[in-house]
Formats: sequence, structure tokens, C-alpha cells
Amino acid sequence: MIFPDRMRALAADLRLWFAPARIRNEGSTPDYRFSLANERTFLAWLRTAFALIGGGFAVDQFLPSLHQTVRTVFTVALLAGGALCAVRSVSHWVRCERAMRRGEDLPASRFPSLLGAGVGLLAVAIAVVVLLGWTR
Amino acid sequence: MADTEEDPAAVRDPGLQPERTRMAWRRTTLSCAVAVVLAWRQVLLIREPSGTEVVLVALLVLAGLTFLTAAHTRMRTLATPASAGRPRTMDARTALLATACTLVLVGLGAAIVL
Repeated sequence: MIFPDRMRALAADLRLWFAPARIRNEGSTPDYRFSLANERTFLAWLRTAFALIGGGFAVDQFLPSLHQTVRTVFTVALLAGGALCAVRSVSHWVRCERAMRRGEDLPASRFPSLLGAGVGLLAVAIAVVVLLGWTR
Repeated sequence: MADTEEDPAAVRDPGLQPERTRMAWRRTTLSCAVAVVLAWRQVLLIREPSGTEVVLVALLVLAGLTFLTAAHTRMRTLATPASAGRPRTMDARTALLATACTLVLVGLGAAIVL
């Protein structure tokens, strides 16, 4: 059964989030360069989140001729994407840090490809809507 | 020649890891500032601002400043090594604080747009 395992992993992650010192109990401290690289990856994901959030505000502010509902849908989709990216950035950082401490493989993730596909679809949708001139 | 090997400057990380990490924090702070400014502009576009809008902008600025402070603190701990040539790594509290600021920004943004 994959599902209970996943729930247990999620619970372990959440405990780690709110009791950060616990991570020191696990395994051994990795080379600081790996931890710093993990930190920079976390920051890169955070910047991606800020870019999506900024993009959401940009859609709302710089496409005023767009139909109100369409505009709000795009804006909320981008803001939600930004929030997802931010939550995922810290969760991925914790999981990578723990994997390095235990000497395990780094966690594999389908999030980057899903995000890429989502942003691509959204961009095409916005282009189509703007080109068709679906105004109010 | 043997003396230079004892010198902390000589064991400096050739990959410039702390410097790169500090610049990554700087870049992220700039991205945060851009998002905050865009959110602020969103409020300014409302024709007749009420007290709610003032509160929203105040919270926005607070979230931005919290992020700036977290980034600044982290950059300072990077500059003060735990031991020779070993910079301190980020604790989960800093990561959570930075993420919380981002989520607050999303919440305020949604409140302004909707």
C-alpha cells in the first residue's frame, strides 16, 4: 500500500518543519557545500514562486482589456502556482537535507515537469485569449 | 610555505560556496521586492481606497520587510563561520520564515484581486 506510507512520510515531514532541531538527530552532518547547494536550490524555487506571483499581478494589471472573469482566473491560477511552489520549496529542502544526512538517494520529483507543463499551457491560453481579443 | 597552510584565508573554499549562497539570497530578496511592488501597485489602481486598502499595504510592506530581515540575518551568519572555513548552514526556521512571507504575499494578493 503506497498511500499510508505517503501519509506517514508527510507526517514525518511536518514534524520536522515545526521542530527543526530534530533534523540534527538524524544521520551525520553532510559536507557544508552540499547543504549550501541545497539552500541555493531552495532559494531558486522561492524565486520561481515570486516570479509566478508577480506574473499573476502583471496579468491583472497589464491586460485591462481582458474579460474580468478570464483575467481573474489567470491571476488566481498564477498566485496559486506561486503558493504551491513556495510550499514545495521548503518541503523539498527538508527532504533533501534529511536524505543527505542519512546517506540516501535524493528524492525524485515530478513537480518540475508538472510546473513546466502548467506554465506552458497557461502561456498558450493567455496568448490565444489575447490574440482572439476576448474583451468585455 | 608551510605557514600559508595554517592561514584561514588559505583554506578558503575554491568553489566560493558562501559567496554564491549570499548572492542567491540577494537575488531572492530582489524578486521578493518586485512582487511586493506589483502587489502595492495593484492597491493603488483601486479608485477609492478605504481603510482596508491601507491595512493591506501595511501588511504587504511588513511581509516584505520580514523577508528582508530574514535574508539579511542569514547573509550575516554566512559571513561568520562556525569554524575556520566552515560556514554555518541554514536552519529550518529561516526556510519556514521565508516561505511564510511568500504565502502571506499570496494571501494579500488574493485579497486585493478578489
